[in-house]
Amino acid sequence: MPPSSAPPSPRPQQALLDTRYQVETPEGIDLALRPAGLVPRALAFTIDLLIRGAILAVVYLVLGIFGQLGMGLATIALFLVTWWYMVLFEMFNQGRSPGKQLLGLRVVHDDGTPIGWPASITRNLLRFVDLLPFAYTLGIISCLSNRAFKRLGDIAAGTLVVYREHPIERPNLPEAEALAAPFVLDFAEQRAVLAFAERGEGLSTARRAELAGILAEPLQVDASQAEQRINGIARGLLGPT
Amino acid sequence: MKQSLFENRHQPQWQAFAEQLTRLEAGGRDAEKSRTFAAEYRRLCQHLALARARGYSNHLIEELQHLALRGHQQFYRHRSAIGPQLIGFVLAGFPRLVREEWRLVSIASLLFFGSLALMGTLVYLFPDLVYSVMDPARVSEMESMYDPDTTRLGRFGERDSGDDWMMFGFYIMNNIGIAFQTFASGLLFGVGSLFFLLFNGLMIGAVAGYLTQLGYSETFWSFVIGHGAFELTAIALAGAAGLKLGWALLAPGRLPRGEALRLAAIRAVRLLGGAALFLLIAAFIEAYWSSMTFSTPTVKYWVGAGLWALVLAYLCLAGRRHHAPD
Repeated sequence: MPPSSAPPSPRPQQALLDTRYQVETPEGIDLALRPAGLVPRALAFTIDLLIRGAILAVVYLVLGIFGQLGMGLATIALFLVTWWYMVLFEMFNQGRSPGKQLLGLRVVHDDGTPIGWPASITRNLLRFVDLLPFAYTLGIISCLSNRAFKRLGDIAAGTLVVYREHPIERPNLPEAEALAAPFVLDFAEQRAVLAFAERGEGLSTARRAELAGILAEPLQVDASQAEQRINGIARGLLGPT
Repeated sequence: MKQSLFENRHQPQWQAFAEQLTRLEAGGRDAEKSRTFAAEYRRLCQHLALARARGYSNHLIEELQHLALRGHQQFYRHRSAIGPQLIGFVLAGFPRLVREEWRLVSIASLLFFGSLALMGTLVYLFPDLVYSVMDPARVSEMESMYDPDTTRLGRFGERDSGDDWMMFGFYIMNNIGIAFQTFASGLLFGVGSLFFLLFNGLMIGAVAGYLTQLGYSETFWSFVIGHGAFELTAIALAGAAGLKLGWALLAPGRLPRGEALRLAAIRAVRLLGGAALFLLIAAFIEAYWSSMTFSTPTVKYWVGAGLWALVLAYLCLAGRRHHAPD
């Protein structure tokens, strides 16, 4: 891993056409967060909107029985639900409102730490500006033009809506006899060979053969043997030869 | 070292770390079991760095990265301003913050109270001007609300056995909503805050001038003087907080605009928090004290003057001395 203070050195992770958001930690490693785009966020917001509507409907029905005391309480409830619903859920449910939870999203600080009170309050109060002039126009423009899909409130609060990480399943490497590579592979090539073996299950046979065929000539094997050979090299990279 | 050897050697440590993380994420904070957390987290980070540097497979790197991310989330937190710090904020932090931001606070106050006073004077002298900012229906509604013959005052003059709760709810919703709007629209390069400060100043000024000129001054002024101390100050402070956001965008100094905005927002939102606290007090006073008619206007004027003095003294004097390190 080249140090981040030396910008000219190539960083393969960032060269990818990807929305990953790199956070450098004090330990000197890079954490990758996956910011969520406009569509899942809009869906999450819609779900939250429906839930809020339902809550208010129930509150008004129940408290309506108690006359003006009830209406007073209902107005306070309206205030709480309008301005504090998101904040309270983000604080007490690990950065997830119910809508975000359903879509597997969460809010974090843009340095990867869990969201705190000031940031949550800031981003949710400034939602008012994102709503302007109608139907989230400013928020949508900001979200689409920002590399990490931040709306204005997120920029001011320094927060990020990211996909929650799911546990990764161990891929099955195809059976092959471990081989040493016929020539020295650099890091990127090693990674590519390993990635090919790991992701083989997700590709069709024809596509695998096509991809492996590209390497048939440098590996000096027949195109039909190339896939087996690459898998062998991958095994060789992983374990004892 | 080959990847499989590396994995075999460290797999048990990673598993133990993952179990510890699961426990912490479920909320189990056992000091004894967490003693080694820092060391294990750093070891994991080292393994991740090694795995990357040695070109191990994507799967291994992602697995370690996932663990590191979860560890990072447990290990690093921003300090939260709620809790014990809240008392410190109320006693000293908020007035100190207001004094530190005195430039913006004075600009916002000048705009708000200036437009209020100017509009009030103008409407007092030329009553027809009130129709330039309000429609006739609203004006007659205002008139009936502050008619000296009513027994209870305010926006719900014709209430039955006095459900102050309803008013309390309404005032919280309405006033804090206005303050939040005034603050948030500051993000539009400050223009929104300027607009809301002027707009609210003009409206309130017009109402005050109009009712005074009608001869309803006793009912009106004795009603508003009490909670006005908190409410009007809070709107000015919320406006100042909004202007801080706008100013950070207009003149970010040596920082990138986004970063300047983020830093300004941290302070601005604290300012707004104090303003919201003021509004809560104002709503309480407005619902339970200002609307009462059993106390004479003289008492209300004295209490109101006392509250204004209290607010000004609080903002100017509180927290001048440091008693204990924060």
